[in-house]
Amino acid sequence: MITLPEVLSLAALLFCISIAGIFLNRKNVIILLMCIELMLLSVNMNFIAFSHFLGDIHGQIFVFFILTVAAAEAAIGLAILVVMFRSKGSINVDDLDSMKG
Amino acid sequence: MIEQIVFYLFSGILLLSASMVVVMRNPIHSALFLVLSFFASAAIWLLLQAEFLAIALVLVYVGAVMVLFLFVVMMLDINLVKVREGFARFLPVGITVAVLMVAAMGLVVGSDYFMSDTYMAIKSVGPDYSNTKELGLTLYTEYLYQFEIAGAILLVAIIAAISLSMNKSKVNKSISPEDQVYVKKADRLRVVKMQSESKSDNKNGESEV
Repeated sequence: MITLPEVLSLAALLFCISIAGIFLNRKNVIILLMCIELMLLSVNMNFIAFSHFLGDIHGQIFVFFILTVAAAEAAIGLAILVVMFRSKGSINVDDLDSMKG
Repeated sequence: MIEQIVFYLFSGILLLSASMVVVMRNPIHSALFLVLSFFASAAIWLLLQAEFLAIALVLVYVGAVMVLFLFVVMMLDINLVKVREGFARFLPVGITVAVLMVAAMGLVVGSDYFMSDTYMAIKSVGPDYSNTKELGLTLYTEYLYQFEIAGAILLVAIIAAISLSMNKSKVNKSISPEDQVYVKKADRLRVVKMQSESKSDNKNGESEV
């Protein structure tokens, strides 16, 4: 029998791995996008775990909407990435400093 | 018992492939390991009786989003040596932040305030229970407006992705009005100076031939 703390710990570990990935891969925007996908996956896993252990379907509805928005985000992010590579010739985050923010 | 073994097996696969996504040198390998982690989490969602979302995760993420990722990775010609430059420099910071977050989340999940042992008793559903049916019944009644907004978001994403990545070269032969206004007489008309020719010269020329 799976218990709720096991699933929550799994999602927390997955989230921490993706946080570490964002810190480590500062030069590669593609890996950053993949780490964001992993984070959304761990959040979805929390929603599904609570939906299962509370016997409530609304958590799964929320996961459905998160999947929709994440797909849209990945599509727009990759389009921006392609435009950036076409104009700057690299996908390094440090090259994105033309606004001097 | 068998349920727990399967859960731990797929959790191990998920965590291993997620860390491989982070540390892999080649972005293509990272994308393939991300596919593996999506498969493992789909299996865990199946164990948690979210069958529709597990299949949707495989179809939408592995079938569409990851193919998009692989397509972009293969389309871009990336210098792998330059991409990996800051890895060793940021390694201590990344590991420190990850360990701190693991500690903080362990405090939250393992605390008594969660009363997590009360959640273990879940009503078991019979074999005629349909997760998809219940999800659809809620989605198309209570969440109808949100569902339509999600469709609008997908439409906006399609338009944005196409307009961002479309090449800006002219695809039709339409004329631009500002170019028409700025045209000067000298741009279009060229006056050539030449000797005038008389009729008698022309006749002389013909007789010579």
